[in-house]
Amino acid sequence: MAINNRIPAGELAQKWSTYKSTCKLVNPANKRSIDIIVVGTGLAGASAAASLAELGYNVKTFCFQDSARRAHSIAAQGGINAAKNYQNDGDSVFRLFYDTIKGGDYRAREANVHRLAEVSGNIIDQCVAQGVPFAREYGGLLSNRSFGGTQVQRTFYAAGQTGQQLLLGAYSAQMRQVSLGKIVEHNRHEMLDVVTIDGKARGIIARNLVTGEIERHGAHAVLLCTGGYGNVFFLSTNAMGSNVTAAWKAHKKGAMFGNPCFTQIHPTCIPVSGDHQSKLTLMSESLRNDGRIWVPKKQGDNRKATEIPEEERDYYLERRYPAFGNLVPRDVASRAAKERCDAGYGVGNSKMAVYLDYAAAFERYGKTEAIKTGKTNASKEEILKMGKAVVKEKYGNLFEMYAKITGEDPYEVPMRIYPAVHYTMGGLWVDYELMTNVPGLYALGEANFSDHGANRLGASALMQGLADGYFVIPYTIGNYLADEISTPKINTNQAAFEEAEKAVKDRINHFMNVKGTKSVDYFHKKLGLIMWNECGMARNEKGLKQAIADIRALREEFWKDVRVPGTMDSLNPELDKAGRVADFLELGELMCLDALTREESCGGHFREEHQTADGEALRHDDKFMYVSCWENKGNNEWELHKEDLVYDVIHPSQRNYK
Amino acid sequence: MEHSNINLNLKVWRQPNSNAAGKFETYKAENISTEMSFLEMFDVVNEKLINNGEDPIAFDHDCREGICGSCSMHINGRAHGPWDGTTTCQLHMRAFKDGETITVEPWRAAAFPVLKDLTVDRSAFDRIQQAGGYISVNTGNAQDGNSLPINKEMADASFDAAMCIGCGACVAACKNSSAMLFTSAKVSQYALLPQGEPERKTRVLNMVAQMDKEGFGACTNTGACEAECPKQISISNIARLNREYLNAQMSL
Repeated sequence: MAINNRIPAGELAQKWSTYKSTCKLVNPANKRSIDIIVVGTGLAGASAAASLAELGYNVKTFCFQDSARRAHSIAAQGGINAAKNYQNDGDSVFRLFYDTIKGGDYRAREANVHRLAEVSGNIIDQCVAQGVPFAREYGGLLSNRSFGGTQVQRTFYAAGQTGQQLLLGAYSAQMRQVSLGKIVEHNRHEMLDVVTIDGKARGIIARNLVTGEIERHGAHAVLLCTGGYGNVFFLSTNAMGSNVTAAWKAHKKGAMFGNPCFTQIHPTCIPVSGDHQSKLTLMSESLRNDGRIWVPKKQGDNRKATEIPEEERDYYLERRYPAFGNLVPRDVASRAAKERCDAGYGVGNSKMAVYLDYAAAFERYGKTEAIKTGKTNASKEEILKMGKAVVKEKYGNLFEMYAKITGEDPYEVPMRIYPAVHYTMGGLWVDYELMTNVPGLYALGEANFSDHGANRLGASALMQGLADGYFVIPYTIGNYLADEISTPKINTNQAAFEEAEKAVKDRINHFMNVKGTKSVDYFHKKLGLIMWNECGMARNEKGLKQAIADIRALREEFWKDVRVPGTMDSLNPELDKAGRVADFLELGELMCLDALTREESCGGHFREEHQTADGEALRHDDKFMYVSCWENKGNNEWELHKEDLVYDVIHPSQRNYK
Repeated sequence: MEHSNINLNLKVWRQPNSNAAGKFETYKAENISTEMSFLEMFDVVNEKLINNGEDPIAFDHDCREGICGSCSMHINGRAHGPWDGTTTCQLHMRAFKDGETITVEPWRAAAFPVLKDLTVDRSAFDRIQQAGGYISVNTGNAQDGNSLPINKEMADASFDAAMCIGCGACVAACKNSSAMLFTSAKVSQYALLPQGEPERKTRVLNMVAQMDKEGFGACTNTGACEAECPKQISISNIARLNREYLNAQMSL
């Protein structure tokens, strides 16, 4: 299969503007007779649905939640990057582009990332216009903070709930189009197949999760905005319902999967507390702005954190990476935490945790407040009290969440944190226009593989989701649909719909009739453990080969022995889960296969066989400067295609945060 | 954190679908770690039901970090249970004592019909939002974000209202099943910002009309909504909505 990424010719900085002014357009009268399906209503889906409906297309949205507003983008905490340079600290479109490419360890496309940086500022403007209440300074202007992997302050935020506010903004735009009749919503619906006719995506099969009814929906184009697949690890910061099913069905219908093994393990999450745990909770990376990460200098030190004197603490990130300190990128911070814990310096009951300490921040902010308010004689207690109040305003909801989950007061004792699966950089392969290799089938946001290379920088996911939905797809989809204006409304009585519907029904029937002995969760947890142990923060050839064998065996057991209670024609969350876990059981194998064939370390993908003398990731640009594009050959077999990454502007080097 | 294992009795509302009658069923939740979240305790109970060949208890949940607003259990007579300012998914089992009986019901409101067990239909909230909970600005029309300075206090107050997660606890807590806290939070978010000004009057009138149409009750200022709101949205938003409504009606 020949890979055509459709990157426009010309100078990097001119590609997008040239594309926009030369791509094909669909006139308003024709837009009215074109239907578009948007699956998923997170930042990418909601922004795309609203923007396309505003242009005049007829949009149908689908989400498995009871309301579009609950998509997991809502849980993003820290912020959204934009190259506004409001802080006068040297930011620019080029710097955001450069930081993102470097942060991704040189495994992303230059043209896509440059476009992302170019539209980043428009996103902020759009959100402000929609009434998103961003944090502001006393002068009334927008406030910024810094995030990992950068040396400028370019992150816009709304306390620790930026994702919520951005999603509610996109949701409000979407609801406006619903009220105008341009969007028809299908909530509590799950997409269970893509329908292709003559090689083009022409619709989907969806299941109404309340009634169990299987429905056919036709459209001239289908957009998958269905998020990432971190839940393949069972424990992750994803929502319980987050799944790979839509993307996986597309993959099985011919869409290539790009870089499936690129997983982001986020350094600051609340550690696992027991085997009952159903999910992990992130503590925003913004906490690394002010918090200091440390472990005791002595192995197996069982003293309380507050009893360990300053000189016996190892602020290992500040020690190893003096230039970026606690603000190194996520992959680097996660590996460093794992290294300390594996070496026996971990803290807490499980010893699989490190401290994130705010004591110094309380004092620093307290002193500033004392000066501001003229309390020059303030006692140490008063200073700490004032400092805690400042921290509360910045991160209050995060501190509260920590206290509820752990039962400890983070204002008094340092937080314990450990890395957890958070985001997947891999996803459906898309070209510059966000179209998969199946014509008319698009993937936006986390569901695609595109902009973050092998590691995503903090506050870049919100940026990418909204860039794709608000500012990229409204242009690129026209370039395809301009040739579809004479295609009449898609008739869902065609054979392709019938066959797809039958396959979906057969599969559901199978789940209901296995009547095995073990719950869906039993299999999901086992799969998660295999993935975490062998395809997690560190990977090696032997482990990955073993994992593939284990997953195959588990998959076989699943199909023979899973127990799905209830009926197929009613609300049945266990049945929904069974379908998702069945897909994870196939995806897991492909992730391990991808990790096995990528014999280098880059970003979040760390192959133990490939590291520098001081334990940093060692890339092999001569052999692996490409996107792994996996084509599904059926029966859990895949063929690898390679999209070479060409760097015209940036010269890849070993990432250095020292 | 110190933790222990406890045993509990659960009285849970079971109802096969919207049309069927429901009733309480009793279950035992054994060997529950006090470190578990309330929903993880339900996971344990459901796993046992599945293993025994019974139908697990259906309940809405997704993010399990207190922000998506899916979870919606009425626990021992309180929306989201005993902890103030906490969603069900963030409620942890150390809130309960060994041997305790816990009663769990769905949200009770005519406008939130039960779909199954503890799962209710909250699409009425989406329709209230569709009636005017937006600013009519198409993508691509925006001016520079900093060209419109906004007083920090107003922006912060707007954010405080915008924190609403749309879970419906306010409705469930209200003896009249009023949706005033939810509606007023959205009206307030925009009323406090200059961007909301052009549609200020039509917004409040249309959203209130839709709220009434959905069958939510009237507000009698008892304040139960504020007390039970997991995001502690202030009842002062309701006062603001009333002022906005009056102002809009008088100047029409």
